[in-house]
Amino acid sequence: MSLYQLQKSLYVLNRDPAAQDKYRTEPDEFLDAFDLTDEESRALRDADIGLLYVLGVNGQILMHYAAFLGIQWFDYLDMMRRGIEKHGPVRDGVYAMTGGGQSFSEEEKQR
Amino acid sequence: MSLVYAGVCSHAPGIVGRADLVENTKLRDEFHASFDTQRQQIEDTNPDVLVVVGAEHFANFFMNNMPAFCIGMADRYEGPIEDPDWLKIDRRTIPGAADLSKRLIQEIMQTVDVAFAEEWKFDHGVMVPLHFLTPEYDLPIVPVNINCQGPPLTPLPRAWAFGEALRRACDSVSERIAIVGTGGISHWPATPDSGKINEQWDRDFLDRLMRNDKSALLEYTDEDTYRDAGQGGFEIRTFIAIAAAAGGKGELQFYTAELPIFAVGCTVARFDVAA
Repeated sequence: MSLYQLQKSLYVLNRDPAAQDKYRTEPDEFLDAFDLTDEESRALRDADIGLLYVLGVNGQILMHYAAFLGIQWFDYLDMMRRGIEKHGPVRDGVYAMTGGGQSFSEEEKQR
Repeated sequence: MSLVYAGVCSHAPGIVGRADLVENTKLRDEFHASFDTQRQQIEDTNPDVLVVVGAEHFANFFMNNMPAFCIGMADRYEGPIEDPDWLKIDRRTIPGAADLSKRLIQEIMQTVDVAFAEEWKFDHGVMVPLHFLTPEYDLPIVPVNINCQGPPLTPLPRAWAFGEALRRACDSVSERIAIVGTGGISHWPATPDSGKINEQWDRDFLDRLMRNDKSALLEYTDEDTYRDAGQGGFEIRTFIAIAAAAGGKGELQFYTAELPIFAVGCTVARFDVAA
């Protein structure tokens, strides 16, 4: 478990256009710069929002990453819910799902 | 005395980025209008600079070197760091005030250990308020960050002490300074519980804030806040610092918990600047 390194890679990615180009064109080279477990590397390579959330990536870092990927808001919330269904509760950090993960938005309920 | 305005407002990215997804457009427009009132009140004080005390979200600071407080010291900044199409705010350069920043930092450092930064990329914590408060981006900005994201967080009594130091620094310079604290009260942003708001907790906090009741404001523990107000509630540090800087009572100009798509209890308030 190297949550620090995983979050560091996303921190770099979120704020650096050159890193974003590298991630898109040569993802393995981008990932090699960080000390990640196989699971973490896979989650990043596959842009697996649900798994990254369960691994404990800070929600703000993950939200900015999802925006970079062009993921729509309600899809992003769904991906986190599905991540918990598949992988279990959030394993670290302060962005765990402490409520029921229910929809609080009237707009979302109507989707 | 050169602190001419003190206020607080919400900064959640959805306030601009998801404005078109709101069903209750009347309430949304009232909220946005309250920002416009805040902008007008700031402009009426004819400030030379706007100090934005925000709670950033890993745009500049990370756990490799996390300051409890940091103040920008540059003549230009850039933002937003987020995808502009997502935030619905175009990427741009924002004017700073390096010389004034330096003098403020030197004075604040007499009592509070602040870091400073000559590079700073604004995220939604600054860009959303600026979108409403300086829409022409023609007022120089001094960004301030209080660590509300990467535990161990800045203790509340230190946020208060920082606010007092900021006030003393503002009063030590000749420029006319407006300050705005940005953040959320109870909220669970960027989680599947996004949109959940503890209105009762918010109203109790806002009551303490508007009374500018120091001891009541510093009573919260992070454990209590996490349980009752979510990790987003850690951002009360910015509002507390502004209360300390202003010294006077507050006036709550807008609050609603009924815009959950914005994922925060939407707030705009001002303070009397005590002599």
